[in-house]
Amino acid sequence: MGAVQVVEVMGTVFSIDIRDPGFYGHVIDEVIRWWHRVDRTFSPFRPDSTISRLNRAELTPDECGPQVAAVLSLCRRLKRLTGGYFDATATGRFDPCGLVKGWSIETASAMLTRAGARNHCINGGGDIRCAGQPEPGLPWHVGIADPHRCRQLAATVLVGDAALATSGTAERGPHVLDPHTGGPATALASVTVVGPNLTWADAYATAAVAMGEQAWVWLCTLGGHEGLVIAADGTSRQTPGFPSLPGPRRPQGAVNSDVRLDR
Amino acid sequence: MRRAIFAVMATIAGLVLLLSFKTTALQGPTAQPPAAPVSAATEPRRSAGTATRTVTGPVVNTKWGPVQVKVSLAGGRISDVQALRLPRRAALSQQISSYAVPRLRAEAMQAQSARIDVISGATYTSQGYRQSLQAALDAAR
Repeated sequence: MGAVQVVEVMGTVFSIDIRDPGFYGHVIDEVIRWWHRVDRTFSPFRPDSTISRLNRAELTPDECGPQVAAVLSLCRRLKRLTGGYFDATATGRFDPCGLVKGWSIETASAMLTRAGARNHCINGGGDIRCAGQPEPGLPWHVGIADPHRCRQLAATVLVGDAALATSGTAERGPHVLDPHTGGPATALASVTVVGPNLTWADAYATAAVAMGEQAWVWLCTLGGHEGLVIAADGTSRQTPGFPSLPGPRRPQGAVNSDVRLDR
Repeated sequence: MRRAIFAVMATIAGLVLLLSFKTTALQGPTAQPPAAPVSAATEPRRSAGTATRTVTGPVVNTKWGPVQVKVSLAGGRISDVQALRLPRRAALSQQISSYAVPRLRAEAMQAQSARIDVISGATYTSQGYRQSLQAALDAAR
């Protein structure tokens, strides 16, 4: 029943897991073509991408087309919403990678639903969009990778229609910059954000890693989102409504509750 | 699907060796050389069944010698991992049989006994995916 398709794109691996009976080869092909198109347009690692040409000032933002305009506008909005911690220009060039993957998976999820595959889960390199149910009456069981223990889980989350994004240093080292200091953010090993939309969850998780110790308090203030913060020292803390199964308790991190963010 | 299984079988073979290499380095060679069982299959081979099926992986040539593993899938989930072919070095084979294979089996089953559908984590590279639990879940589906 259903289908699993694995595809290598955007420097990582995407998995599409459809649980509805039937054949969805056509829409899966369409989704894969969409992701490759997004990669060709937005990748800062491809010299011929629209984003690279924009960065070299060969194109003006107005010449980049409606999708680039939409992503530029989302990046500006998320920078405001995160107090500057999600910053697609932190490296001095426009690099929308922290948002485009989640955004392109949101679009793909809508394409699958329109084609009749209402019960599906897309995993783009560790960022997840679930829709419907894996089996009638059951929620999706999403494992959160433990950043300190290879191939083990830090938590299990039960969700229906939801997005989960995890950002951290486990796979690619300290690559998230704190835009306010310019240095790599190293206080947190990983942050997982659960919310209704992967575009937002992805950017929020990246922002939270950049925030470091302030992340947990900030996540608690976000309406409609929950988070799990695992610090570099192995302590962890989740927001009150984080939908995880009870599991082995990890030590709780000390939290500075005086921290405020300018929103 | 077929390609994914093939990739995961190779991954599992590699992981078995990595896990065993750690203990070999720690504990040194042991005295009892077991005979390593050998299978001639080099293509993934499935025995069909309604509930349980097995997938035999390719022979993966590593710097320690050829490794081949067999994974049993019950209801689309990994139920067992067995080594079919191990390097000729007796001490290493012993370590793999007694330590690495049971540990890998326990990890795969721990993830799956909890009914995990999908894994969220920091963005992996394409190489990292091949060593991830997500790859095992994709292959098992």
